[in-house]
Amino acid sequence: MIAYILRSLAQAIVVMLAVALIAFSMFRFVGDPVANMVGQEASMAEREELAQRLGLNDPFPLQFAHFVRDLARGEFGMSYRQGRPVKDLLIERVPATIELALLSSAFALVFGIALGVYTAIKRRGLMANAVMSLSLIGVSLPTFLIGIGLIYLFAVELRWLPSFGRGEVTRLGWWTTGLLTDSGRKSLIMPVLTLGFFQLTLIMRLVRAEMLEALRTDYIKFARARGIPERSISFRHALRNTMIPVVTIAGLQFGSVIAFAIVTETVFQWPGLGALFIQAVQFVDIPVMAAYLMFVALVFVLTNLGVDLLYFALDPRLRGATAAPAR
Amino acid sequence: MTTPVLSVRNLKVEFPTRRGTLTAIDEVSFDIGPGEVLGVVGESGAGKSITGTAVIGLIEPPGRIGGGEVYLRGERIDNLSQEAMRKIRGKRIGMVFQDPLTSLNPLYRIGEQLIETIQTHTTLSDSAARRRALALLTEVGIPAPETRIDNYPHQFSGGMRQRVVLALALAAEPELVIADEPTTALDVSVQAQIIALLKRLCRQHGAAVMLITHDMGVIAETADRVAVMYAGRIAEIGPVRDVIKAPLHPYTKGLMGSIPSLVGDSDRLTQIPGSMPRLTAIPSGCAFHPRCPRCFTPCPTFRPELQGEQKSQVACWLYHPFPVTAEAVP
Amino acid sequence: MRAPTARQEGLGARLWRAWDSDIAWSFRHSPVAIAAALVVTILLLGAAFASLIAPQNAFDAASLNLMDGFTRPGEASATGRVFLLGSDDQGRDVFSAILYGSRVSLLVGFASVIFSIAIGVTLGLISGYLGGRTDAVIMRVADIQLSFPAILIALLVFGVARGLIAPQYHENAAIGVLIVAIGLSNWAAYARTVRGSTLVEKNKDYVMSARVMGRPAFAIMGQHVLPNVIGPVLVIATINLALAIIAESTLSFLGVGVPPTQPSLGTLIRVGQQFLFSGEWWILFYPALDLVLLALSINLLGDWLRDALNPKLR
Repeated sequence: MIAYILRSLAQAIVVMLAVALIAFSMFRFVGDPVANMVGQEASMAEREELAQRLGLNDPFPLQFAHFVRDLARGEFGMSYRQGRPVKDLLIERVPATIELALLSSAFALVFGIALGVYTAIKRRGLMANAVMSLSLIGVSLPTFLIGIGLIYLFAVELRWLPSFGRGEVTRLGWWTTGLLTDSGRKSLIMPVLTLGFFQLTLIMRLVRAEMLEALRTDYIKFARARGIPERSISFRHALRNTMIPVVTIAGLQFGSVIAFAIVTETVFQWPGLGALFIQAVQFVDIPVMAAYLMFVALVFVLTNLGVDLLYFALDPRLRGATAAPAR
Repeated sequence: MTTPVLSVRNLKVEFPTRRGTLTAIDEVSFDIGPGEVLGVVGESGAGKSITGTAVIGLIEPPGRIGGGEVYLRGERIDNLSQEAMRKIRGKRIGMVFQDPLTSLNPLYRIGEQLIETIQTHTTLSDSAARRRALALLTEVGIPAPETRIDNYPHQFSGGMRQRVVLALALAAEPELVIADEPTTALDVSVQAQIIALLKRLCRQHGAAVMLITHDMGVIAETADRVAVMYAGRIAEIGPVRDVIKAPLHPYTKGLMGSIPSLVGDSDRLTQIPGSMPRLTAIPSGCAFHPRCPRCFTPCPTFRPELQGEQKSQVACWLYHPFPVTAEAVP
Repeated sequence: MRAPTARQEGLGARLWRAWDSDIAWSFRHSPVAIAAALVVTILLLGAAFASLIAPQNAFDAASLNLMDGFTRPGEASATGRVFLLGSDDQGRDVFSAILYGSRVSLLVGFASVIFSIAIGVTLGLISGYLGGRTDAVIMRVADIQLSFPAILIALLVFGVARGLIAPQYHENAAIGVLIVAIGLSNWAAYARTVRGSTLVEKNKDYVMSARVMGRPAFAIMGQHVLPNVIGPVLVIATINLALAIIAESTLSFLGVGVPPTQPSLGTLIRVGQQFLFSGEWWILFYPALDLVLLALSINLLGDWLRDALNPKLR
């Protein structure tokens, strides 16, 4: 088991380094860092001095090593566009995105599993077919349209919810949360629904497919042949076996949720990392792009690790128990 | 005459498909007496498994029972509600499948699966159920049952798993056990043990057995009577010794001739030319007629029914008065 | 009844076989598939013949008249022109705008899917055939592509390309970059499928004998692998097409997609959003409707295709 954990950790580090390499390459080869940081009027001597200071004349591996060292310290350089340290920007915006992502994932998981189980058990029912059709429409609706639609309905027509922003947020140390204020909570509803919707349809279809698959297995057939009641078969047997792939895939999706937040944050003017990233792409603000990339990679790697451990806990076949000697 | 444990009459199972209705088994009839072992033998696709599945009521839609009746100790069971049938499964009819690895839920300990089965059909408390589970494990020959009962299926070898499966199938003391290819997925060395165990357990519990297999050797060892199936129909049925030593139906004869034997002077295995027809293309009249070396006038047109004295029956025009013209069909 | 050999079959017989085949049967009996195919065809034809059908060349500034602006659907403007689906703030006919816009969306969608297939199939063949290290590396990269959201990959490629290409070429290159960006974010599924099929074929005897005879085994495998994978590839492609169209519209909506001079449906929605809350809903609604119909019908076709080709359900 220790070997399993160590192996996962090692893989995680390799991935992070690979992404760092990509980020670093972006820095070095896309655009001119010096030109981005000084004005047009700077003399050749000034540029040369800056290049020297930035270490641009050092050999590639050395530069990369410095880059990684800086990363480890949380130093991402200065934003080309905003002139502020990227680190500060990150700290400001991370809580908004994480809060949004976590709530959306929870929403998607709870309702996705419930609906998935329902449509799997009641395969041919009217309600089940209706839900499946709606889910197909859901997959065909781009996230931004859902956001716009919700804003139009709830903010413009009904005036129940605010149409943009986070509302009032409470500061807890370096973290900010919108859950403790009324306006904060109201502001969260539509973005969470929008971001979570795609996830929900995905999870629902996955759970349904896995349940149907599980209900076709031999052990379910054998359970039926033993007279086990259908209710136990659906929930105790099929669902339990479904949970492993579902939870692992849903967990792995969390990184995607963070990235999908880009669209939702833009539509709702949510002050998170995603909105920051879009601006960075528009203005070719490399340090911010690189920092965002590293952050997303970190989230991916951590969720992968978490899911590996979870898988381990859920599936007894992995826990190193060996088969008895053949008889 | 005692009531047979199982009585199947003209059972028909159909599968509606886009291109019409396929008949998987067609007018199958047989009886199994109390404590008797009936072997059901035939090639892949002959309909043996479907017969077993139909008896226990687990045919999956769109398949359905298209005709005939199934009686368990004289009571009709094929037309019961889902819930009534569920109560019969496990309690009065048990079934064992081919692959013990996939028959057991990998996420639950075998003790949990045993106790669940026991408590479904009895009102035993948790501790009483556990004691019964331990007793069952001992009976099927699992060593150190107090420890093994908390193991997961993957911690057992193939033969051990099949023993656990047998324990599960017999947990509620059914009167009939349907064993669908119980040894096919096991090592040859283990097969004999499992078959012997099955036979002994059923004898001890007084259960009748429907043993489905394509392995004639297993039948010869274990069964009292045997039914030979071909293309969804029964070709011949009778006491094992009779059918093996003196087969009546040309198909059975061909089957016996194609079994390699350690004793005897046959230097060539006889092969039946051709292959069993697919469900979509079953020949008219007697299904075997295109491949039959004794095929004659009535065979391509008229379908033979199982006829004969009580014990040995055969569906072949060689042994019964045959019709010559259409009007003479019995 | 023996089937005629290929040479003996006339065209009529071949067409009859196609009509009678399982897939055609399934299509004829699925009202959803027929409806979806109909919708897609209409939208495709509309886009293809935009210049013939559209009452106005929506993106030629000279043909616009500000006085026509903000006309409601079906009504006449201040200058007396009737706009079928209304007009926007610049006097642009929404109907024409949709026709031209969907042309761009479909172009980017199809092109990126073809690009993905090209990369994915090639990499899959290479990976399956060479095995070993190459296989491991390629599959790892495929795993990464599958776990990273397409939007992110596309944005990254786009952003980097923007930095690498001088500003004056940005507009012209934008569509090409977009196609490459979306294409690069969707190839892994094809690679996996093709690799699987290649692995199966690799062990067959004719590959060995081809090698012995001196023919390049690679070519032979391509010849035998490709017919086997056409089905799954088609299914993946239809679903990817819908995803690609949505991806392009999302990127254009965000402002990092097609240039403003060649608006796609996403751009139109972006423009329309400003006017939604002040009451001129049609500027956003019709492009959005077109987009959703397109994606939905393609998805439905993809779903039907997958069920029709699934051997387990036959």
